[in-house]
Amino acid sequence: MRLLTMIKRILIEMLRDKRTLALMFIAPLFILSLLYFLFQSNTNQTATLGVRNVNSALVKAIDNKHVKIRQVTSDTSAKSIIRDDDYAGVLTQKGNHLTLTLQNSDQSKSAILKQSLQKGQIQLKSKAAATTIKAQAAALNKMQKSLAAVTRQMGGASKAIQPIRGEQKLAAPNYHLVTHYLYGSQDSTYFDTLLPILIGFVVFFFVFLISGIALLRERTTGTLNRLLATPIKRSEVIVGYLLGYGIFALIQTMLVVLFTIYVFNIQIIGSIWNIFLINIMLAVVALTLGLLISTFASSEFQMVQFIPIVVIPQIFFSGIIPVNQMADWLQPVAKIMPLYYGAQSMSNVIEKGATFVNIAPSLGVLLLFMIVFLALNLLAMRRYRQV
Amino acid sequence: MTNTIQVSNLEQGYGRTVVLKDINLTVTSGEILALIGPSGAGKTTLVSTIMGMLRPMRGQVAVLNTPMPNRPLLAKIGFMAQTDALYSSLTAQENLLFFGAMQGISRKKLREQIPHAAGIVNLVSDLTKQVSDYSGGMKRRLSLAIALVSDPEILILDEPTVGIDPELRQQIWHELHQLAAAGRTILLTTHVMEDAEEADEVMMIRNGEAIAQGTPAELIANYGVSSVEEVFLKAGRQQDATTHND
Repeated sequence: MRLLTMIKRILIEMLRDKRTLALMFIAPLFILSLLYFLFQSNTNQTATLGVRNVNSALVKAIDNKHVKIRQVTSDTSAKSIIRDDDYAGVLTQKGNHLTLTLQNSDQSKSAILKQSLQKGQIQLKSKAAATTIKAQAAALNKMQKSLAAVTRQMGGASKAIQPIRGEQKLAAPNYHLVTHYLYGSQDSTYFDTLLPILIGFVVFFFVFLISGIALLRERTTGTLNRLLATPIKRSEVIVGYLLGYGIFALIQTMLVVLFTIYVFNIQIIGSIWNIFLINIMLAVVALTLGLLISTFASSEFQMVQFIPIVVIPQIFFSGIIPVNQMADWLQPVAKIMPLYYGAQSMSNVIEKGATFVNIAPSLGVLLLFMIVFLALNLLAMRRYRQV
Repeated sequence: MTNTIQVSNLEQGYGRTVVLKDINLTVTSGEILALIGPSGAGKTTLVSTIMGMLRPMRGQVAVLNTPMPNRPLLAKIGFMAQTDALYSSLTAQENLLFFGAMQGISRKKLREQIPHAAGIVNLVSDLTKQVSDYSGGMKRRLSLAIALVSDPEILILDEPTVGIDPELRQQIWHELHQLAAAGRTILLTTHVMEDAEEADEVMMIRNGEAIAQGTPAELIANYGVSSVEEVFLKAGRQQDATTHND
């Protein structure tokens, strides 16, 4: 009865607070969409290359859809050309000597130029090799013909020519490469790797923030004290909050997951129910953590101050930087971050089709986090009423 | 007349700081006790201890013969906090319904009680307004209505008359006297001397100690002065004199 009234009150309060509602439901979708477009444009990035006195064959070989070639005629230094025209790099040729000067303020552009230059050189070399082979082949052909003429004159020895032909074919093997992808497809971008982690993070962050501030407001306005002046149990207050805000967290989670599936058209190999399950667990952990952290804040501003301590480090250990590539002493730190377990299971379900049994250990850890935070919350409530 | 609130040899504090020492008080049903003292004297701490929000550091507190803290007993206490602890995005009606339900009152009974409680504080016509649109005085009145809505045996009011105009103050006192006459126990804190004069019994607190206790008439007679305010000033000077002698 009390619990239902608590939940009902939280729902009414929340529904009348349009801004918070928008923050909870629209902001996550906005952030995800923004990231989606950011990572889309990244795949067809181009770099401008200034060329000076460079062999036109080489220039032609370097040219591809990621490189814009600009001819440079002035004699000023490569550095000032880059500065004045904002080129990603300048390539100068003096005799057999090539000099590539890179702006290098954007490493991905430098990489494009280096790669294109390398490719171009290989292309030129293989072309040159091909011409030599052709010339040799022609010479060989001539020899064969004359040989054939000789053998014909000698009679019956034509079989001897065959092995020579066979060797000719081996000299220019023509490989055909077919690539198979275990997870994802050739269209996979970094965004696809990032998305499962991002969904988990967005759910975690917004639920943490809103639940924390909600309970904080209750503390600072004194309504919590007044609430505890009634025979309500401390656990009823915490559970009421958990359920009241849990409803919003649930709706938010559904919205974020469905949005990513239908709008970004992301392929989910595992079951969507597992995805909901992971995110609901993450939301509940964020909720209990938010309520707990708000105990240590005396104003909304102080609550925001906890974000760099409590939330930001979790992003680093959520899998955006692969945890198994971190320094050995750093890896255990990931294990105390709830988001690490959530994001890891999300990636496994979405990209690798992990089943409930596969993610159960991670869910178990999240459950443990939730129980610990709940217990600490009940203890923290003692500050306000000792029974 | 039965003792409803009994505090004996209470010492209270936070950590090592002692906020209250050697407090003894008894309130009987039908009595209005005013705790009077400057801010920071320890009035709110005493009220919190009586309500069982804090466990006594030393000494005993009993309400309705039950040692405090005791959670279920809070259903019999109507409390008005010093701050206007209200949900500003809810209407006054919704606030009353919510706190009433938390107090454990059935919805049906609340429907009868809300107009009555709102009537005492002149808020009947504003019940459907959101609290965020309320003035400071209206919030204070609504806060009092919330304490009254459960029709409790004991009323504990922390600074109930702050920000309330004289006319309404009189009306509220009239209602408090009626409630006392009906056998309710009322304990209130104040730093307004006029409030103290309306009370049946006064306890003056200064620096965590009870410096004077009795009915207003008794106190005025004992101290040989003409008003409660002068009693307070004289008792305060006596307290300072004894601490200096220590």
